[in-house]
Amino acid sequence: MDTVIIKINDERVEVPNDFTILQAAKKMGIDIPTLCYDERLESHAACRMCVVEVEGARNLQTSCSLKVADGMEIKTHSERVIQARKDILDLLWANHPNDCLTCEKSGECKLQEYCYKYDVKETTFEGKRKNYEIDDSSPFFYNNQNKCINCGKCVRVCSELQHTNAIGFSERGFNTHVSTPFEIGIDNSVCVSCGNCVSVCPVGALMPKSKEKFRLWETKKVRTTCSYCGVGCQMDLLVKDNKVVGVQPANGPSNNGLLCVKGKFGFNFINHPDRLNKPLIKKDGQFVESSWEEAYGLIVEKVNNIKSEKGSEVFAGFTSARCTNEENYLFQKLFRAGIGTNSVDHCARL
Amino acid sequence: MNIYRSHVLICGGTGCTSSKSDKLQKEFQNLIQKKDLDKEVKVVRTGCFGLCEAGPIVIVYPEGSFYSQIKLEDVEEIVEEHLLKGVVVKRLLYKGAISEEAIKSIYEVDFYKKQERIALKNCGVISPEDIYEYIAFDGYMGLAKALTEMSPEEVIKVVTESGLRGRGGAGFPTGLKWNFAAKATGNEKYVLCNADEGDPGAFMDRSILEGDPHSVIEAMSLAGYAIGSNQGYVYVRAEYPIAVQRLQIAINQAREKGLLGKNILGTGFDFDMEIRLGAGAFVCGEETALIASIEGERGMPRNKPPFPANKGLWQKPSLINNVETYANIPQIMLKGVDWFKSIGTEKSSGTKVFALGGKIENTGLVEIPMGTPLRKVIYDIGGGIPNGKEFKAVQTGGPSGGCITADHLDTPIDFDSLVALGSMMGSGGMIVMDEDNCMVDIARFFLDFTVEESCGKCNPCREGTQRMLEILERITEGKGEVEDIDKLERLAKTIKDTSLCGLGQTAPNPVLSTLKYFRHEYEAHVIDKTCPAGQCKALLDYFITDKCKGCTKCARVCPSSCITGKVKEIHSINNKLCIKCGACMEACPFDAIILK
Ligand SMILES: Cc1cc2nc3c(=O)[nH]c(=O)nc-3n(C[C@H](O)[C@H](O)[C@H](O)COP(=O)(O)O)c2cc1C
Ligand code: SF4
Ligand code: SF4
Ligand code: SF4
Ligand code: SF4
Ligand code: SF4
Ligand code: SF4
Repeated sequence: MDTVIIKINDERVEVPNDFTILQAAKKMGIDIPTLCYDERLESHAACRMCVVEVEGARNLQTSCSLKVADGMEIKTHSERVIQARKDILDLLWANHPNDCLTCEKSGECKLQEYCYKYDVKETTFEGKRKNYEIDDSSPFFYNNQNKCINCGKCVRVCSELQHTNAIGFSERGFNTHVSTPFEIGIDNSVCVSCGNCVSVCPVGALMPKSKEKFRLWETKKVRTTCSYCGVGCQMDLLVKDNKVVGVQPANGPSNNGLLCVKGKFGFNFINHPDRLNKPLIKKDGQFVESSWEEAYGLIVEKVNNIKSEKGSEVFAGFTSARCTNEENYLFQKLFRAGIGTNSVDHCARL
Repeated sequence: MNIYRSHVLICGGTGCTSSKSDKLQKEFQNLIQKKDLDKEVKVVRTGCFGLCEAGPIVIVYPEGSFYSQIKLEDVEEIVEEHLLKGVVVKRLLYKGAISEEAIKSIYEVDFYKKQERIALKNCGVISPEDIYEYIAFDGYMGLAKALTEMSPEEVIKVVTESGLRGRGGAGFPTGLKWNFAAKATGNEKYVLCNADEGDPGAFMDRSILEGDPHSVIEAMSLAGYAIGSNQGYVYVRAEYPIAVQRLQIAINQAREKGLLGKNILGTGFDFDMEIRLGAGAFVCGEETALIASIEGERGMPRNKPPFPANKGLWQKPSLINNVETYANIPQIMLKGVDWFKSIGTEKSSGTKVFALGGKIENTGLVEIPMGTPLRKVIYDIGGGIPNGKEFKAVQTGGPSGGCITADHLDTPIDFDSLVALGSMMGSGGMIVMDEDNCMVDIARFFLDFTVEESCGKCNPCREGTQRMLEILERITEGKGEVEDIDKLERLAKTIKDTSLCGLGQTAPNPVLSTLKYFRHEYEAHVIDKTCPAGQCKALLDYFITDKCKGCTKCARVCPSSCITGKVKEIHSINNKLCIKCGACMEACPFDAIILK
């Protein structure tokens, strides 16, 4: 890989020549704000928060899209740049409900974060504000366009990564907003409820329909592997008081930061009162809670008895797609090597 | 081929067509046939003559008699008198075509005499629907010359040396652009023509497509040869049905004659082209949005770089030029670099077509050499300001441009001088304003346009132009504050500096330039709460003049009791209390109450 030498904030740095300015700055530990950038997506360069001053260029340049070139001199936090960022935040805030007190995104909202970092306390503009009806037709999430900042991440994730193309921009100019074709509502669209749009939304416009009231800072993130299928998506469970209240995708080798509807929204069973936490053994026609030791002991005893009476061929094993590959491997090993039968199968093979 | 002794040219431009010039054509043909003249006189429907003000226009050759505002009833007289007896019908001539009783041909009329026509050379001269007429005027000679005698590099060299700059707005050197596209690696390349003309009032591209479509086809084939492309697309506004129709006819004829398609002129060069209809938004004229639109995507601009020359249509290297830019090229190929450079200024060679509009006598299309002073355009060609009013400013560059004041009327207009004045060439809109135009209101008008046309992709333009418009609305409604002017300036700076595409980057220009030259008008609105030009209704006050007879009618109808005066004496209005309902003005039987 060829490298180039550039100067960021008067400091020389050598970076690969296919880097964007944003990547180069990140390498140097310089934080450039972005609202529409996602490294997995084509650069959109629409939020204009990542603008920087490039020596020789007439206008400010978007660091998310502009590639470095040898000898380039860049200022990431000059007065001109900071004023531009403040003005953009000021403009966004002029068209945004002042709802951080009750907004569920609070604490993880990028608009909130940048308004804090750039000291934008209130807007200096008055005038028209958007006023959309909330689309809550989906059973899993709602779309509140009044909080949307038109970063387009949701639209691009849905088309570029999820390849569903359920949502897009409607109308234009000041009236631009994210919706389904002909405003038919998420639930009537081709949306597969994967929730990947929800996961990338930097503000509180696309939010999961949560059964719990919680603040993000009250939760602990627990990294785990989704247990629904063999893809092995990585995810963070949001846990509050030992209860799972939400799921966020994590960037694992098999999922690229994406999840499907089951992984993203199918977590309520975990703390459901009907869920079995302990094995049940039928005693005198009644299921009775027991310990794992007792249950396993009973299984081993019965298997041994049947095997000695009728031989190994009477056994068949059927396992679940919800087990990991490793678990499935062990299961067939148990049946073939332990019990001695080849009659072992798996639901996903059907 | 028949030799005709006389030709009747009827304008088939959009203006004249909408005043029924198609019916005129039928009537002429009808009567000519009746009089058995059809072997001697030919009727031709041409493209736009430019002086739309005088339409429908009919020109009779060989005399070049310039008939204007011709009605159906007039046709018989022209056939009878002019075509049969050879006597020009003075009564129907354009008024500027007669002076001191001498009759002038169209070329001696001031409006045309001071122009220099390259891009519009064939408009109003040939029938756009007949490829032979184009060929008769040296059409496709430039292409033939290039394909048979020149290498692609030589073609690019000619375009580069001619100094031709893009007529679509930014004035980018055309040869350089062709060179980038030629150098770009890729086995497939495209030649695109931007015919989405969206500036309010501009119609030069439309006139070229309607009047001389083959010039664009020839130029695009030349471009294809130069950059190594075999496929072109013309992106035309769907609102230009006549242009689309004539271009399609021209493409079909060129294909039939082997001037498009495989193995053009037997040289082994293949090039074909198709029309794509515009999606109806101004922003689709921005090149990357245009490309997205051809691809079937939403017409939203894409960040540059990469530039279309490297990654354009379907990610392939693409050359995009404006209609008028292309229309210059066949003649540059034919007549050479020196000829073209002899016209215009050193850094802006050739001519530019302007659409003259607003407060001016001769509205229409004019093509003038670059470097012509504004004064000449407005007074000599445009005929000056009507009704004896005083010139105030002229807006060039449409919603992206700025205004130019009387102090700068002698500036030679070219790409760079306009930018230096805080305006720009744009596509060539030229709107003249007189003393009655309020400059704040003008800025509001253009902002209204950009707000309407913003695609909504990027924050500064989508949110910022709306706020600028709201501030301007407040100012024109008399609700502006002094800080509003600073706010406008701050917003304008950020929007220019951070917007994604040219629309946002230039949207604040009308505000900045009116602030630069007419700041006092802004201040009058916000501080004195008056509109010096008398345009902003909310800022005008009611006054009672000495026409008042003291009838007391006004005082009786005034709902806020702010009119005082004794019977039979002149009344007066306390403007502090007046709510501007207008009831007094309506009630006054002597028209004594005025708004000022
Ligand atoms: C908002 C916007 C609208 C534009 N509209 C047009 C247009 O209608 N026609 C045009 O030729 N160029 C238009 N342009 C300029 C094009 O982006 C592009 O520069 C031009 O087509 C290049 O051709 P040229 O080099 O021959 O001028 C527009 C640019 C912007 C930013
Ligand atoms: S989306 Fe962000 S800025 Fe908006 S109300 Fe919610 S937390 Fe606050
Ligand atoms: S949930 Fe998935 S399919 Fe539905 S709109 Fe969002 S990204 Fe697209
Ligand atoms: S809904 Fe969220 S992700 Fe989608 S455009 Fe709006 S702010 Fe961006
Ligand atoms: S999120 Fe969906 S795809 Fe990913 S592992 Fe879970 S069930 Fe499988
Ligand atoms: S500047 Fe305006 S028109 Fe251009 S991309 Fe941004 S929002 Fe769209
Ligand atoms: S405009 Fe209405 S309020 Fe004002 S003076 Fe006349 S009648 Fe009275």
